[in-house]
Amino acid sequence: MEANSELSFEEAMERLEQIVSKLENGDVPLEAAIELFQEGMKLSQLCGGKLEQIERKIEVLIETEQGFETKPFAPANEDKGE
Amino acid sequence: MANEPRIYSIKELNRYIRMKLEADPILGDVWIRGEISNFTHHSSGHMYFTLKDSDSRVKCIMFASHNQRLPFRPREGTKVIARGNVSVYERDGNYQFYVTAMQPDGIGSLYLAYEQLKGKLEAEGLFAASRKRPIPRFPRAIGVITSPTGAAVRDIMITLQRRFPAVPIYLYPVLVQGTQAAPSIVKAIEAINRFGAADVLIVGRGGGSLEELWAFNEEAVARSIAGSAIPVISAVGHETDFTIADFVADLRAATPTAAAELAVPHIQELKSQLAGHRQRMEQAVRYRVQARKDRLQRVKRSPFFMYPRKYMLDQAQRLDRLTEQLEERMRRATGKHGARLSKLQGALGVHDPRERAAYAAKRLQGAAKSLEGAMAVVINGKRLKLHGMIKQLDALSPLKVMARGYSLVYDESEGRLIKSIQEVQPGDVVKVKVADGQLDCHVWALKGEQKGGSK
Repeated sequence: MEANSELSFEEAMERLEQIVSKLENGDVPLEAAIELFQEGMKLSQLCGGKLEQIERKIEVLIETEQGFETKPFAPANEDKGE
Repeated sequence: MANEPRIYSIKELNRYIRMKLEADPILGDVWIRGEISNFTHHSSGHMYFTLKDSDSRVKCIMFASHNQRLPFRPREGTKVIARGNVSVYERDGNYQFYVTAMQPDGIGSLYLAYEQLKGKLEAEGLFAASRKRPIPRFPRAIGVITSPTGAAVRDIMITLQRRFPAVPIYLYPVLVQGTQAAPSIVKAIEAINRFGAADVLIVGRGGGSLEELWAFNEEAVARSIAGSAIPVISAVGHETDFTIADFVADLRAATPTAAAELAVPHIQELKSQLAGHRQRMEQAVRYRVQARKDRLQRVKRSPFFMYPRKYMLDQAQRLDRLTEQLEERMRRATGKHGARLSKLQGALGVHDPRERAAYAAKRLQGAAKSLEGAMAVVINGKRLKLHGMIKQLDALSPLKVMARGYSLVYDESEGRLIKSIQEVQPGDVVKVKVADGQLDCHVWALKGEQKGGSK
């Protein structure tokens, strides 16, 4: 579980939940508990970091002969026909 | 009077007609097409109106229980298709059309098609709960298939932005109404599946009439939603509109906004969840550390660690006491044994073999002396006796006798003393011993005597 950067948010969250419940009810020896705690803190930072990446990426997906193309989405404000 | 006709009451007549009409299989379930006029929506909730076409008209009533779920608002002049049964309002003697369902005319065929397709796909199991795939808790990217203009796309984007800004969104613009809508939606679903980045799809549009929503009731769209490898959230129209797409989708959202809410968790909730996890972890670890600290503290506070010197001295004292005791015991033990030893040695001395030997030697000496004494006495006695005997023997000696003239006759072998004549024959050689020698003689004759023996 060291390759934290490759974890998805979901995997990281799940691992973090596991760690929390292990720490709360398992008979983990202190050394292991501290390792778990450190891993948990890393995961929580990772998750927090992912949550802070606010750069919203809204792209329009266009399929061309060459394959897929994306371009930024600029909402046109013509309110017709929902 | 016998054939007097039966006279009915009007009520009886009306009731009879009503029974007749209600028993009729056609009149029991009729579809009719017409235009609404004299429309009244009574405060009781029932609707009263007339349906008419170019040739004729019929009075209609639609009870509140039926009209509550009407998908449209009937108005004066609306062309409709109505379904119902024909019966009689006894009080007025009018027959009426009792409407149970009604749609605007023109989409009636669509409505039928909808029901048919719904029945077919349901029978195929396409709506089964077991087919529904779970929506990921934290999608990596969201595919949105809708019109790029309009309220739906705006609602979706705003809601996603508000709740979970970190997830990229790929919008695949499609037509959402008109004949090209269904093929364009199908193509979009396939394309986003091929594109692969998104792990949840929102397919939808804002509310509209049944005709406007129609693309989402088409079989091709339903099947492509069912065939999508990516879970699909349908978001068609407003809350009351259920399309076939809604039934097939893995999750049905009542509105585009709701779809966006279902697609992503709220960032604030996640943040507080994360903070909660962190806090719980910290607490758990702190608790552990504290518990061990307490334990350590307890151990450290034990008198042994608090006053180690005292314990050492105590032990030293104890050692001294024990040493003393040991020595005392040793002393006592050796003393006792020493006494016993000397007693035993005394006892042993009594039986010293050397003394016994000396004693025995003394006795031996004594015995030897007295033996010698006794022997001397015996020897002297014997010697005296011997001298006596020798004298006596000497006195008795034949040599002395022979010295006085006596001789002894032996046979030839000198083995036998001849004492009688019977012991010899004439001619025998005999040896006659005299005091100074021997005579070898021949016996010439034998002459017996009365008394005594021959010499």
